[in-house]
Amino acid sequence: MDTSQIIVTLLGTGLIGFVGWFFFAAPHRVATAVAGNGGLQQATIQVKGGYSPDVVEVALGQPVQLHFYRDETAGCSEELLLPDFGIRRELPAFQTTTVELRPDKAGTYPFTCGMGMLRGSLIVR
Amino acid sequence: MKTTPATSAAPPNAPTGAAPRTETLHIEGMTCASCSNFVERALIRTPGVLRATVNLAAEKATVEYAPNQVDHAGLKAAVEQAGYQVFEPQAPAAPNVLTADEELADRKARTYLDLKRRFQVAVVLAVIIMPLSMLMLWPALMARISMPVLNYGLLLLTLPVLLYSGREFYVSAWNGLRHRTASMDTLIAVGTGAAFLYSLAATIAPGFFQRQGLVPDVYYDTTATIIALILLGKVLESRAKAKTSAAIKALIGLQAKTARVMRDGQEVDVPLEQVRPGDEVLVRPGEKVATDGIILEGRSALDESMLTGESLPVDKSVGDAVFGATINKTGSFRFRVSQVGTNTVLAQIVKLVEDAQGSRAPIQRLADKISAVFVPIVIMLAIATFVVWFAVAPAGQRLPLALVNFVAVLIIACPCALGLATPTAIMVGTGLGASHGVLIRNAEALEKAYQVDTVLLDKTGTITKGEPAVTEFITATGTEPSALLPLLAAVERRSEHPLAAAVVRYTEQQQVQTAPGEAAEATDFVAFEGRGAGATVAGRAVLIGNRRLLEENNIMLGPELEQAAAGLLAQARTVLYASVDGQALALAGVADTVRDTSAAAIRQLQSKGLTVVMMTGDNHQTAEKVAHQVGITRFYAEVLPADKAGKVQELQAEGRVVAMVGDGINDAPALARADLGLAMGGGTDVAMEAAGITLMRSDLQGVVTAIALSRQTVRTIRQNLFFAFVYNTLGIPIAAGLLYPFTGWLLSPMLAAAAMALSSVSVLTNSLRLRGFKVKG
Repeated sequence: MDTSQIIVTLLGTGLIGFVGWFFFAAPHRVATAVAGNGGLQQATIQVKGGYSPDVVEVALGQPVQLHFYRDETAGCSEELLLPDFGIRRELPAFQTTTVELRPDKAGTYPFTCGMGMLRGSLIVR
Repeated sequence: MKTTPATSAAPPNAPTGAAPRTETLHIEGMTCASCSNFVERALIRTPGVLRATVNLAAEKATVEYAPNQVDHAGLKAAVEQAGYQVFEPQAPAAPNVLTADEELADRKARTYLDLKRRFQVAVVLAVIIMPLSMLMLWPALMARISMPVLNYGLLLLTLPVLLYSGREFYVSAWNGLRHRTASMDTLIAVGTGAAFLYSLAATIAPGFFQRQGLVPDVYYDTTATIIALILLGKVLESRAKAKTSAAIKALIGLQAKTARVMRDGQEVDVPLEQVRPGDEVLVRPGEKVATDGIILEGRSALDESMLTGESLPVDKSVGDAVFGATINKTGSFRFRVSQVGTNTVLAQIVKLVEDAQGSRAPIQRLADKISAVFVPIVIMLAIATFVVWFAVAPAGQRLPLALVNFVAVLIIACPCALGLATPTAIMVGTGLGASHGVLIRNAEALEKAYQVDTVLLDKTGTITKGEPAVTEFITATGTEPSALLPLLAAVERRSEHPLAAAVVRYTEQQQVQTAPGEAAEATDFVAFEGRGAGATVAGRAVLIGNRRLLEENNIMLGPELEQAAAGLLAQARTVLYASVDGQALALAGVADTVRDTSAAAIRQLQSKGLTVVMMTGDNHQTAEKVAHQVGITRFYAEVLPADKAGKVQELQAEGRVVAMVGDGINDAPALARADLGLAMGGGTDVAMEAAGITLMRSDLQGVVTAIALSRQTVRTIRQNLFFAFVYNTLGIPIAAGLLYPFTGWLLSPMLAAAAMALSSVSVLTNSLRLRGFKVKG
């Protein structure tokens, strides 16, 4: 093995580790939905290469409105899925799409893009 | 209240203390782009408005505002001050799922056109780039062209492919990286980006490569071709995807646009949105029923196939319910609107199907887990491929080989196929179900239907019609049925008892003609609680009811009728006794009748390898008779309503996966208890709530369709998942060059791109094959 090979091997191994850390140890952006009149809880989620915030906390039993603003045209994020609530919605680019639901069981419910690449979760307490 | 990160996406001028609200205003009077800019500015300048966008084509303004600073009236005032009008629907517009879709469809069409244009640009340029890159195959030609000039030329041709056609991939990948997420686009961006940057370096600084002992090869053709092929895949995919939801779109399209409403005694055609509950609507032959309601006047046959899957028209008259989107065939009628907008049956079907299409199938859990980590792992594998090739390949070849295989791994990996495998099949399956009158609640119900091996039928309302009918009518010697029936019917028409309705229907079916004005009217009608009814018809005293009614009136049955009654009772019939002027003259045997289609449907279920079990509250004798009639060998008789769920459990305890078919409120616990609950169409809301599948049509044929369709859909899902898994687990190692040591095979990144584009299209095409589903029999 010559020098360049050793360098590439070391750099490559380091890069693999970095990629793993970068994607798998990414911190969550947590937000709590704001409760308004009549207990309606609202949260705005920006959709641009991911969901931000990607963890939304809501209270049990109160209606929830999630406003998804899709700030891109990239195909991946065009569909939104909230499987536990039977929601499949298309998010038009540069528009806010509101999803309404009423969580009646505590737990963590994922929301994802159509193919499950982009992920977020709704935590019901 | 405090501002939380949830609202931090709002611009900095967002006032603290209120969650922004979004509203869409319908603007009238805009004629050009500058008008829409003007309206937009007017809205944005209004205090409390956070964001406003005006769509000229849709004539709509979408306004995000702080509800504590400005309200709807304030927004409207701002628009009006700017010189335009806000269109207000006459009453609070019923939120209409059925029309909200139009703008979305429009946008999708535009996105598709844009995609197609980007694809076309990529193809044209790739077609030019390809042969130019292969000039080295003709050394004589190459000798006359300067290498740097050719490379710069290729660079110029590739740039538009990258920056115009492929721009979305890079933008999306960058956005993802900022969120530390990776998607399909990341793979494409990194793959093509690596090939492009290497080529760029080789073009600008070939000397550097030569000093390292490398040939400064360029991969512009790879970059351009990959982008072109992936866009091709996307074009095909978006076409196929549109078809997966075609069934539901067709359903939405069924809705009538206008209704002929009576307003101040005049017939007026009004848009459907303006129809309110309580309005009276006229429907002529051949017209579509605008919305749900109850017939006030007239009669007709209606084609309800779009809602129920039942191909024969259904006769309807005064008091019957009609449904929006069904087609009036023969007569004219007037109906009172009972439901509009989202409350109509059609809208509920659409909602149910949409919900089902949004649900996740348990079978997909593994695929979901994999797709969540798929892209980062592929990136790691690609880097490993690069490292290994660089370490083992001969010195002069190591960089190009490492690079080519790195790109191939990134490009061939297709998480899309995994992601599309289940949802597309579910979309096609549930949509198709709806067009057959089978409403599937969610993907889980579909999967359960696939596993079912035993079908438990609640007799009443499923195998039988659930309404009593006169099966025998026996008269004393010397009495003509045709003379007696009109008298009895005249009495029974005044009664509300279901058995009375059976007699009236029977009379109508016999088409007994009565002389006009004679025997039609019953006077002095008396209902005897729990016994029957009596009245005077055409001057004759008529009694009809149970035996006690006659006994209380000291009317004796003759030996002839006595014997007939015993015979009917032995056949488990309910017997009605009729007398005229104190003389017992006739008996009617009443029973719940078996639907014409039941026996055939049960046979079909059995031929699919399902065990069919019947359950009924009737006595053993009656149960046995019905079971025999429809070919069922196992049945439970004398089951109390409260025990129905227990019977389901009993079957489950035998290790069976049970589908329960029922229609009544008292079936709900059993429907919920069963592995799969199927509620029959005539059924109650409670039953439908508890059921995984709702059958719009009231016959067992729907059960056959539901189970056959579910099986076919789940089979398709399995094929798709299998394909997607195998594709990726074989494709990635081959692209990494795993076969090279044995066979010398390497996968060109361009072939990898073609494979990847085709893989998601294959999955989609397989799902679309479901549309050819037919129920045999």
